[in-house]
Amino acid sequence: MSDEKLVGIVLVSHSAQVAASVAELALGLTGGGTAVPVAPAGGTEDGGLGTSAELISAAAASVDRGAGVAVLTDLGSAVLTVKTLLAEGDELPDGTRLVDAPFVEGAVAAVVTAATGADLAAVEAAAAEAYTYRKV
Amino acid sequence: MLDADFFRRWMTATAASVAREAERLTALDSPIGDADHGSNLQRGFTAVTATLEKEAPDTPGAILTLAGRQLISTVGGASGPLYGTLLRRTGKALGEAAEVSAEQLAEALRTGVDAVRTLGGAAPGDKTMIDALVPAVDALGDGFAAARAAAEEGAVATTPLQARKGRASYLGERSIGHQDPGATSASLLIAALAEAVEASGE
Repeated sequence: MSDEKLVGIVLVSHSAQVAASVAELALGLTGGGTAVPVAPAGGTEDGGLGTSAELISAAAASVDRGAGVAVLTDLGSAVLTVKTLLAEGDELPDGTRLVDAPFVEGAVAAVVTAATGADLAAVEAAAAEAYTYRKV
Repeated sequence: MLDADFFRRWMTATAASVAREAERLTALDSPIGDADHGSNLQRGFTAVTATLEKEAPDTPGAILTLAGRQLISTVGGASGPLYGTLLRRTGKALGEAAEVSAEQLAEALRTGVDAVRTLGGAAPGDKTMIDALVPAVDALGDGFAAARAAAEEGAVATTPLQARKGRASYLGERSIGHQDPGATSASLLIAALAEAVEASGE
């Protein structure tokens, strides 16, 4: 398994702290072992609330191991910016996909699944499935 | 015919108008948004004029494509990818011609507006920039002044609407009674088009 390429995960939030904390939470819940490449892309470049195309592109490049990159977002401009970068072609690594999933639960599911060496489709399915988990 | 200078004037006039109206845009964005529309767009269009000066693209298509790319990377809010997509797709539709006709611009703008609708999923009546852009593109056949009037009417007509897209939609009925900031800034963009025509004496 050691030479198996892992899917990269990018977590895009309006807030740098939210993105970083969700990354920490998801990695913490994998129980260590396999080092899943996870990168937060939170807030604007000057540290404010918002979305930065540059931070997203840099985060995606940093987690790309050749097995694809799953991008999870919170709301509004985070979703629209990732969609725009995907539509405009050359800004994100090949095999980058916006995953339709709840941000926190989806991130945990994606990272835990990626840690098993699963492919991008399996990571995406696991994250999306987090929508079906009802709390009440 | 509309040359590269015309498109540069359009972007410069938009930047000036956004700077002039930034406080008003942010004020409109306060009751139903997150009170950053004016400052976000001002940052974006300031970067657009700076990059156009520096890189000096020499075709209409290249100017709009570069301007759109700059908005995507600098705005920081939803208006960045939305206006960025509008200008980039319009620019790409114009191709590499050194000059384009008003009809070609109208057709390219429609392509750009369609791309914005696909990206954001908004339809006319959802209280968004689409409510100014669609009537403006429809009126472009009658000239730039008609497009400006249609965009302004479209923006004003968002006041009684209930928002169905974006942050304002969380407010439900409480979004009624406020003019949409995105439709308002879209009307500034179209008004700047008319200004750029007047400045060229066409």
